[in-house]
Amino acid sequence: MDVRKVAKLAHLEITDEEVALYTPQMTNIVAYVEQLNELDTENIEPMLGGLTAEGAATDTRRADVPHESLGQKNALKEAPSGVGGHFQVPKVL
Amino acid sequence: MKEGWEAIIGMEIHAQLATETKIFCGCATSFGDEPNANTCPVCLGLPGALPVLNEKVVEYGAKAALALGLNINEQSIFSRKNYFYPDLPKGYQISQYDKPFSSDGELVIMTAERDEHGRAKDFKPMTIRIERMHLEEDAGKNVHEGLPETDKYSYVDLNRAGTPLGEIVTKADFRSSWQAYDYVNHVRRALQWVGASDADMEKGNLRCEANVSVRKVGEEKFRNKVELKNLNSVRFMQKAIEYEIERQIAAHEAGEGVSQETRLWDEKNNKTRVMRSKEDAHDYRYFPEPDLQPLVVSKEFIETMKAQMPELPDAMRDRFMAEYNLSFDDASQIIGDKDIAAFYETAAQASGNPRTSANLMLSEFVRELNNSGKRANESLLTAESFAEIVKTLDEGKINNNQAKEIIVESFNTGKSPADVIREKGFEQVSDAGAIEKIVDEIIKNNENQVNAYRGGNEKLFGFFVGQVMKASQGKANPKVVNEILKSKL
Repeated sequence: MDVRKVAKLAHLEITDEEVALYTPQMTNIVAYVEQLNELDTENIEPMLGGLTAEGAATDTRRADVPHESLGQKNALKEAPSGVGGHFQVPKVL
Repeated sequence: MKEGWEAIIGMEIHAQLATETKIFCGCATSFGDEPNANTCPVCLGLPGALPVLNEKVVEYGAKAALALGLNINEQSIFSRKNYFYPDLPKGYQISQYDKPFSSDGELVIMTAERDEHGRAKDFKPMTIRIERMHLEEDAGKNVHEGLPETDKYSYVDLNRAGTPLGEIVTKADFRSSWQAYDYVNHVRRALQWVGASDADMEKGNLRCEANVSVRKVGEEKFRNKVELKNLNSVRFMQKAIEYEIERQIAAHEAGEGVSQETRLWDEKNNKTRVMRSKEDAHDYRYFPEPDLQPLVVSKEFIETMKAQMPELPDAMRDRFMAEYNLSFDDASQIIGDKDIAAFYETAAQASGNPRTSANLMLSEFVRELNNSGKRANESLLTAESFAEIVKTLDEGKINNNQAKEIIVESFNTGKSPADVIREKGFEQVSDAGAIEKIVDEIIKNNENQVNAYRGGNEKLFGFFVGQVMKASQGKANPKVVNEILKSKL
């Protein structure tokens, strides 16, 4: 388990102590889930997205009709910093 | 390309599907609104908001897939593609990964290399394998200019976030920049044709990327490839690929090698430059999107979509060549636009003269369309009226230049061709008696020329025709004039 890599992908800064702490914990989690591999699934149809065939066949689409959007002012209301109608963020690129 | 080398090119096209609203929420997809106006909790990625799939995305996706020769999969699933960037508010993009909406396509395009003047040499069919077209949401837009303190800050407009896209990925089947060029144009036209996308590169609703590598002819292994971005027009894309092929060959020959990286087309300097190296390549950690059902489409749905497919442009081109005897070039131009093709077909049939209809359309009509920025179906000159002009020309009542003038006038004013002919006094005189009178007069007044002509100077015939036309103010039917002149002289 490469905890440093996972942390980097998640934009987390972790210390060496934390790496030492998390590595066995995360290894345990993965090992726990790996128990599923012990099951014999030879004759079982794979499920699509974890749903039964019936569930997967349920139509849950919406019509292509516009709803009322929040609008610029409301959209920016909760933002730490909104300038000129935009979300302001630390410089990228 | 330098002797002994070959280029290996694969294409990725993102096409915005022509829906009114976004893929997972009801916010409008309209272009040019106030920044962040068309947003809601779903496309802002606010906690607890849940995506719901737009049914039109499935329909346009199906049409796009069929137009590109792809197989629609009855079952596909959405996946999360995880990465951090300010234009992606959720921290992941909802896309498709291991079970895409459509896959395994084969598309026959017409392609040709170009000479140094950009003229196509010889168009030949080529089969392109399309790996997949999956459905996904677009990200928002980062703004780096025109706002305060852009040295410290970037700005984000999320109007575009959640716009539905079809991402079309080919196998690395292209061997030249012009093949890629012809492919993108083919896709663009096909998508517009079936109404799946406006496919307008200037508005950004068609974006393409090219993966380019080179190898020695005969080599089995692939060398490092470069991903080209920021290709804002099909022409820039072609130039960027061409540049990249030469750059890579030179780098290999100099022993420097080519690094696996993303490069941008710099249109000011006509070259590509590094955007990011593959070292910080993303690890997207795709996993199935738990907030959305699998996308299941029935066999009946697929059959219905197939039944709704119009005749596709290439089939239409071949038919025009066979039925109307058009050249490949003329037929290709006519099917370059669906509305022009429909206009042409109506005019060709109503006039009974497909050849002349094509000539007049490709010269006058298309120019007027371009000048006015109108589409063929918005033309004030209807296809039926256009056919009338062709017929009047065929009957010899007007000449070719007059026909062109009528097209321009009717196009711009909406007047019927008959009215324009009357107003401009174009009605030709075919009455033999009236023309004979003029001819007699001219023979009488030009004794020297008559004698010279009769003495063997046949070039003077044109002089007499000119005189008659002048005397009739251009209204005499040239055919009748010729006949009468010949008999009288």
